[in-house]
This record gives sequence, structure tokens and C-alpha cells, in this order.
Amino acid sequence: MSVAYLRREPAQALPPPTFARGPVAWMREHLFGGAWSALLTVGSILFLIWTVPDMVRYLFTDAIWSGGGDLCRKAEAGACWSFVRQNLPFFIYGSYPQPHRWRVDLWMAIGAGLITWLLWPNAPRRSLGAVLFIIVYPIITYVLLSGVSATPGALFEKVPTNLWGGVFVSLLVAVVGIVFSLPAGVLLALGRRSKLPIIKLFSVIFIEFVRGVPLITVLFMANTMLPLFVPEHLSPDRLLRPLIGVALFSAAYMAEVIRGGLQAMPKGQFEGAMALGLNYPKMMRLIILPQALTMVIPGIVNTFIGLFKDTTLVAIVGIYDFLRAIETRRLDPEWAGGTTSTTGYVFAAMFYFVFCWGMSRYSLYMERKLAAGKRR
Amino acid sequence: MTDAARREETAKVSLLYDPRVRGIAFQALLLAFVVFLVYEAVTNALTNLNQQKIATGFGFWDTVSGFDINQALIDYSATSTYGRAFWVGLLNTLLVASIGIVLATFLGFAIGVARLSSNWIVAKLSMIYVEVIRNVPLLLQLLFWYNAVLKPLPEPRNSIVMPAASLGAPHALATALCAALGLAGWFAYKRAKGAEDSTATMAMATLGSIAMALAAAGWLFYGGLLRFAGESGVFLNNRGLILPRPSALAGFGLVVGALALGLVGAFLFRSWARKRQEATGKQAPVGLASLALIVGLPALVFFAAGSPIEWAYPQRSRFNLQGGLQVYPEFVALLIGLVTYTAGFIAEIVRAGILAVSKGQTEAAHALGLRPGPTLKLVVIPQAMRVIIPPLTSQYLNLTKNSSLAVFIGYPDLVQIFTGTVLNQTGQAVEVVALTMLVYLTISLTTAAFMNWYNARKALVER
Amino acid sequence: MKRTIASLAALAALAFAPAAASAQTLDAVKQRGSLICGSNTGLAGFGMPDQNGNWTGLDVDFCRALAAAIFNDPTKVKFVPLSAKDRFTALQSKEIDVLSRNGTVTLSRDTTLGLNWGPPNYFDGQGFMVRKKLNIASAKELNGASICVQQGTTTELNLADYFRANNMKYEGVVFATSEETNKAYDSGRCDAFTTDASGLYSERLKFVNPDEHVVLPEIISKEPLAAAVRHGDDQWFDIVKWTHFAMLTAEELGVTQKNVDEQMKSTNPEIKRLLGTEGKFGEGLGLTNDWAARIVKHVGNYGESFERNVGEGSRLKIKRGLNALWTKGGLQYAWPIR
Repeated sequence: MSVAYLRREPAQALPPPTFARGPVAWMREHLFGGAWSALLTVGSILFLIWTVPDMVRYLFTDAIWSGGGDLCRKAEAGACWSFVRQNLPFFIYGSYPQPHRWRVDLWMAIGAGLITWLLWPNAPRRSLGAVLFIIVYPIITYVLLSGVSATPGALFEKVPTNLWGGVFVSLLVAVVGIVFSLPAGVLLALGRRSKLPIIKLFSVIFIEFVRGVPLITVLFMANTMLPLFVPEHLSPDRLLRPLIGVALFSAAYMAEVIRGGLQAMPKGQFEGAMALGLNYPKMMRLIILPQALTMVIPGIVNTFIGLFKDTTLVAIVGIYDFLRAIETRRLDPEWAGGTTSTTGYVFAAMFYFVFCWGMSRYSLYMERKLAAGKRR
Repeated sequence: MTDAARREETAKVSLLYDPRVRGIAFQALLLAFVVFLVYEAVTNALTNLNQQKIATGFGFWDTVSGFDINQALIDYSATSTYGRAFWVGLLNTLLVASIGIVLATFLGFAIGVARLSSNWIVAKLSMIYVEVIRNVPLLLQLLFWYNAVLKPLPEPRNSIVMPAASLGAPHALATALCAALGLAGWFAYKRAKGAEDSTATMAMATLGSIAMALAAAGWLFYGGLLRFAGESGVFLNNRGLILPRPSALAGFGLVVGALALGLVGAFLFRSWARKRQEATGKQAPVGLASLALIVGLPALVFFAAGSPIEWAYPQRSRFNLQGGLQVYPEFVALLIGLVTYTAGFIAEIVRAGILAVSKGQTEAAHALGLRPGPTLKLVVIPQAMRVIIPPLTSQYLNLTKNSSLAVFIGYPDLVQIFTGTVLNQTGQAVEVVALTMLVYLTISLTTAAFMNWYNARKALVER
Repeated sequence: MKRTIASLAALAALAFAPAAASAQTLDAVKQRGSLICGSNTGLAGFGMPDQNGNWTGLDVDFCRALAAAIFNDPTKVKFVPLSAKDRFTALQSKEIDVLSRNGTVTLSRDTTLGLNWGPPNYFDGQGFMVRKKLNIASAKELNGASICVQQGTTTELNLADYFRANNMKYEGVVFATSEETNKAYDSGRCDAFTTDASGLYSERLKFVNPDEHVVLPEIISKEPLAAAVRHGDDQWFDIVKWTHFAMLTAEELGVTQKNVDEQMKSTNPEIKRLLGTEGKFGEGLGLTNDWAARIVKHVGNYGESFERNVGEGSRLKIKRGLNALWTKGGLQYAWPIR
């Protein structure tokens, strides 16, 4: 009987291992390990030769580093970095009044400090950090960014939201998303795993509904339907509406991540806690959630990366986020045309890449760290 | 006091602490709260709508829309209704999503396998691809593709024309090159088969040779098509790709019928071959037979019926080429953006799936005497698929949902037409947004239900 | 958990408390100390913020004139940039006091949206722009063209109507924002670009080479652009209406930003009535009698505002045309102040 998938003759003995080290041996092994591999190597190198010099030329050699928009409109002009340099304050703060921009800086610094505290694996008293981040930070945000005093010239003078814009609004949307979605996600995840049928039903409906629709439609809903659902005089601020939309949206995704952590908890932990006589809230707060949340830190960070990328969509409902700030400047007759738009996109892409890639590295690091703990 | 009585006593004391009572109380509270919210929302909405004099209901559905849509898969004009516009948008969404899913799967699998390649440069390049694509917002990528696809192309009067005659030498050269590459891929495949090569190289070789063969076939077919299309067949400019528009003549139904027949035949042959192999161990050439049935039979009928297809060739006019089949750049940009973005995520899923199959499986299969090809096909892939499929489904859904970003680059999808133009013309936000959400929700839930069923069927049954 | 729910409920109760009686708009504006004006997200010459967030433009000047009349300070205005989609809901929901954002008055917008429209401060109409090198002299030659158009306006409908009426075909490429529309036309995606003619001049500035584009003579629609206020506050409506007429009257009488102080001493009864040195016309509006003098002093008359923002002296270089005073063959005709 001859069956096609069986060998007909014994396999050939492997060639002796190449003991030789050094670049040539390395290349033989990793670049030209066979006809096909060699072909791919050549193809890849051709591809690099085709793209890299042009990119370098565009981004560096031919780039315009200083000067006005006229230079960038020339045919041979590369990236228009002067556009980015001269408009950088607008990209970061939008039209936020000059004398109050330190408030935005301070807000960003506090946020960065708190996030570092929370994400630093061995930082002391991380639970305190979490409380500060989720309860105190929103208040700080309101005081710093929106301001409390109506008198002109006051330290915390009110700054209307229509002046807000740029990077800090993108960050604000992301921060609001994460600050709201963590507690809401925990509640929803617990609700979904609850034995109480009505609570479970509502949690499931909310989570599945939100996860089933695109963010754009949620934003449209927040922007056009929300004002209809509340009494006229309470109609939420133009910036607040998408924030509500983003918060609800990210809560549903966060809930699923946290639910994963809850499900991965060994049953013994629950039983042990109950054997100690802890009631449900105490069991969750002292035993289950600390472990489950630590376990899903990579998932939470990944969700946050997704959320951060999605903040670009708020432009569709008229929010001056980072991308929109670039668009506005790009259309200024001074800068219109030439390479400004591509430069703006490249700059934005680099900004988002640095943030998201950094976070994903952290997430990977935590994943490995947690896995190492489990292996022991 | 008896035990039972004591128990009753304690129960009375701690009624407030009875988990069951608490549970009911919580649920009652939540229910009341939700009912209150819904009630408030509805009454407020009614008051506000009334005050702002916004109409309610779906009366607008049968009203004449008055606007045009450039890409419509069904007949549509400014005299059609809003309802018709809805269907046009939905079909456009489904079109870009379905093509996108197929292409993203291919690209994602190729890159996922390439990341595991033993070839250093290929592995690194695919890693860079994955990292960059995954960490830059899709919207930015779409804007880039739209401007990068759109801007460098010439304007209509300088269209890149691709008729067979002027193609001549380059076409022959390209075809020869493709054939050579395909051949090289096939040799690599043979070599890999002989040696104890890694599964990754193996898969690369397989995929590569298939791709090359396809490319060669595509070029040949394309050449034939162009000869068929005549001097001015295919144009490329910044208005998109303009192709001859085929229309079926009488007798084309026979070809479709033959195709259906071929599919059924191939399926029957496959199950017969499988049964026979189980019973007797004899194998049958399933692939070849299927090819003959699915491709050969319809082709035969096609020529027997006298090639019942008529081609309408695009004609140069003052502005653009008229009368052909136009593939719009908005569609192309959206498709490329969605495919490359989703492929970055699929690649990671595929990589994780392959890594999840323990190396012992491959070694055991080799020890059984299976060649690398069948090892991959019969041992590794089925196990990897079990890990890959659930996250893959959610990527498919993400792609479908992400297609709503079309609104930023002017592709007339459901969101652009319905929550854009229709919402603006009618002002009925509640109905329009709710209906749009419902459509996406239906797509998501149906897919999820199907995948749950599929997963349950394929799940590993343990002891 | 219970505490959370309880506080949520309290919050919700607070959120849905019954509406307080709404104050009259003028009182509300005075109490607030500033006017909130719905404006364009960025249309050069009509309403656009510069790098430092200072707004300029014809429509912006109108809001500044209102602020000048009320507060004697043209800077007491907050501008809320609104997209075409959001502008009416923003006014209906009292987010803004007045909408001065090149909105076209139509019958249905006047009746079904619950709005009142002031006198048009710019008479416009939808037009087409094409590249000069296409050698097109008339919109009638656009059969088969690709046309870039912004979504959510009457423009899209007018376009469809025009081509249907003339039995021509076109390929519409529709974008959500004017930015995208502009970019697509400029990059060659479309043969023609359509919007209000004033918008065409403004958008043209954003192109790489503005001189390579030409606006076709056909105007396919009537677009009287005006400011809007809510129904039900007649006093406020009067103020908006007469602010525009005051600017026009000042131009008719030759009262300008420069000479307004001199003109206060004028003996011409018409000027005296305008500047409030005779009669109590301002008080009739609920303002001070020097209301019009304030407007002219801080903002200028209509002609000055026009020249500064969109006229031959500006980058847009639009001719007065329909917007010339009625005495010079245009449609701008102020009702008499007396």
C-alpha cells in the first residue's frame, strides 16, 4: 500500500552544524538559508533600496526646517518641519489663552506622575495612587483646565471649552476614558458575572450593545441624541458630549478585559475568602480584585492603547483634537498647499506611535513579569 | 429551643444581611433606576423634539432624497427615496467589509508566518510592519492612503492606459519573471520538503509559490483580457481605475448554472473520496477533480454558449472616461487602509496561534513519518486554528465596524450616507442614529452567534 | 455598591430637576457679561480664528457689532465654532445667543426650526469653481464632470437639481467637512468644486495656486445669508435686525469708524438719529441711545467691514455685486431709523 503522506525512504542525515561563527556564517544561516530564503532576502533588500533613500530625502535632506509656507510649496520641497515648529503651541494647547497655559502643563505633569505611580510595578502604596487617580485627579482636572473663578485675571479663571484644542484635548479624552472606564468596567464585569439575573442582564445588554457598534455611531449618538434626552437647560457642553460617549464606550471594553481576569481566578481563591467569612464586597475588594486586576494589567494597557488611537475620531463631532488642530493650521492660507499636510500627518503618526509603542512595550514587560511569577 | 427555631430566629434578625434579600433589593433598585432613566429620556426627548419642531417616526423613509450617490450597487438616483439610500449605504459597507476581510486574512496570515521566518531580514521587516501599523491610529493611515493613492496618480487626460498592444515587451517580461519566481518558489518548496526545515520556512515557501503562481496566472489572464478588451481597455488616473464594464447576454445563466453544478459536484466528489479513503486507504485526486469541476466546467459551457458577455469600453470624454466600470479611489483607499491595519492584528493572532502549538506535535508528526507539508496541514494548522479563530472573528467584526471611518475620506458607506446626508436633510437624529446602530449590532450579534456555534463544534473535547 | 447607587440616584435626581424659567436673551447676555455667538469652524473672510484664537470675518464682525451695541466693548463675545450639522440645534438648545454663520434663509428653516432670521448680511448663491486650464466658460459644460461637494447643506440638493434640470450627468464626491472637500478638489480628485460663491472665493485662498482656478459665472441658487435667533424673543430679534441696518445706514450716510466722533456733532438729522444725538431709538431696542455710534466706532460700517474681510482690499477680493448699497445697484437696503 502506498500512501502519499508517508516517507518512502529514510530522511537524509542532517549536515554537521556550522561551528564557524562570524558575519558570514550568520548571513548564511539567517539570510541565505535556502533558495527561497535567498530570494526573499534579495527582494527585501530591493524593497529597502527602493523606499529608504526616498524617505530619508523627504524627511531630512530635502526637508524645510525653518521659514514660511512659501518654501514648502516649492516642487522639490521635502517635509515642512517649519510648519510643525511654528505651530507647535497651537498643536498642543489649541486656542487656550496664553497666560493660562501653565495650567495645562501642570495638569499633564500631574497626570504623567500619577500614571507612572500606577504603572510602576514596585511603587509603594499603589492603591493610594489609584484612589488619587480615579477620585482626586478628575477634580484637579476640572479646576485646572476649566477653571473655577469668573473674575478675569484670576489664577483659575474660567476658560470656555471652545478654546480648548490640540494634544491636550486628545489626552483629556483618553484620560477621561480610562478614569471612568476602570471603575465602571469593574462594576460591569462583576455585574456580568453576578448571580442576580437582572443585574447580569443589564450588564450583558450594555456591554454587548456598546461592543457591537462602531465608536463613530456612539459619538454621533452622544452628540445629537444626548441633548434631546435631557431637559433643554441641562444640555451638556459640546466637549462633554463626546467625553460621555468615549467613557461609556471604553467602559464596555474594559469590562470584558476585567471579566477575563475574574474568570482566570482559581476557584480556590473565592472559596478561601468565603471560608474566612468575608462577605461579597469584602471578598472582592480584599482578595479577588487586587489579584484579578494585576493579572489583566497588560489587557488594560492594550485597551488604553486602542482608546488612545480612537480619540482621533472625536474630530467627526467637531472637537479640536490634535488631528483637527493640524487640519486647521494646514488650511491657513499662510501654510496651505505644498507638503504641509503630509508633514502634519507624519508628525501626528510619530506622536501616536511613540505613545502607543511605549505603552505596548510596557504591557509586554508586565506580561512577561506576570508569567514569570506564575511559572514559579 | 430547637435548632430549626434558632435558625429561624437568626434569619429574622439578619434579614437586612440576608444575601437573598439584599440581592433582590439591589436588583429592584437597579431596575427602578433604569426605568427612571428611560422614562426621563423618553419624556425629555418628546418635549425637546416637540419644542424644536423636529418630526418623529420613519415617515421620511419613503420621501424622495434629492441627493446623488456616486457608488451604488443598486439603481439609485436623486429621485429615489431615503430608504433606498439606506440600502445603497448598507451594501457599500458590506462590499468593502467582505472584500476587506478576505484580503486581510491572506495578508495577515502571510505576515504572521513571515514573523516566524528563519530569514532574519524578512522576520524583522514584518515585525516593523506589525509594530508601526498597530501603533498608529487607523484614521491617520486612511488619510495617508487616500492622499498617497490619490495624489501621485495623473489626471484623467494623462491617464495611464493599459492596452495589450502597447504593453508588449514589459508584459511578456513581467509574466516571465512571475513564472520564474513561481518556479523558484516551487523548488524551494521541494527542497524544504526534503530537508528537516522549520515549519515557518515551509509555510513561507508554500504561500510564496502559490502567490507567485497566482501572480503569473493573473498576468496571463490580464493579458488575455486586454487583448480581448482591445486598444483602450483599462485606465488608471486620479478618478480611480476604469475597466470595461461586462454585461451578461442571454445564455450567461447557463454558465452560472454550470458553476453551481461544479461546486456541488466537487463537494460530492470530496466526500466520496474521503469515505473511500477511510474504507480502503486509497486516495483520489480531489484537488485536480475539484479544479476541473469548478473552473473547467463553467469555462467549457461559457465557450460552448458563444462567450455570452458583452464588454462596454470606457470612452474618453471631456472630463473623464465614460461608460466603463469605475473603481473609486475612496473605495481603494478605504480598502487598503482597512486591510493593512487589520492584517497587522491578524498577523499577531496567527503568530500566537502557531507558537501555541507545542513543538512536540511537529516532532511527533515527523517521527510518524509525515513530511513537513502534511505535518503543517494535518497537525499544526488544525490545532493552531482552534486558538486563532475566536480572536480572528473579533478582528473581522472590528474591520466591519472600522469601515465606518469611510466618512472621513468620502466613501459612501452606511454611516456617511445615513448618519451624514440623510440625518442632515431630515434632522431626525434619534431614528437615523438608532437604525444605524441597530444595523451594526445585528451584524455583530449574528457573527458572534455563528462563531459561538462554530467554536462549540470545533472545541477540544477533553476527557 | 449601595452607596454608589444611592449617590447615582441623587445625581440623576439633580440632573433632571425641572427647568428654571428661561430669561430674556438680552437680560441673559447682560447678566453673563458676554455674547455667545455661533460661528463658522473656519471660513476665511466670514469667520475664522487665527493662530492666537482671535476671530475675524464678516459674520464675526456682526457679532462684534452686537457686543459693541450692548456692552460698548466688541471683545465681549465668545465664539462657538459650529459645523453645518450642529448649528441649528446649538441655537435651539440655547447654547448660543445668535447664529452668525453664513446660514441661508429658507422658508422651511424659518418655520419648522423655530428660528427667526435677520436681514441678509450677504447675498450669495451657489456657484462652481474649475481649473482655468480646462477652458470652461459655463457650468452648462460640466456634463460628465466629477464634482466635490460638502455634505449636510442645501448645496448637495441644489447640485442634484441643477444637473437634473439641465439633463446632465455628474459624479458627486461627498465629504463631511469643508476641509476634506477642499483638499480633494485641490488634489485633482474633482473637476469642479461647488459651494456658495463667497465660499468658493474663500476656499480658493487655501489652494496651492489660487490663480489657477476660476469661478464660473452661473449662480444656480439664491442664498441670502443671515443671522438667526430663536423664536419667541422679539426684543432680541429686533436688536439683531437693527444692528445690521445700523451698519448699512452708517455706510449710506458716510459715517465711518474714523469720522464717527466728528459726525456726532453733525447737524444732518438722519445722522443725528443714527448716532443717538436726537431721539430715543436705542432705548426702544432696550439699549442705550448711542448704540449705533458704538457699533460704528468699534466695528465700522457695513462697507468697511465688507472691504476689510472679503472685499477688494482683502485676500478674498470679492466684488460688492449684489451686496452693494441699493443706491449703487445692489440689494443692501436699510430700513429707515426714525
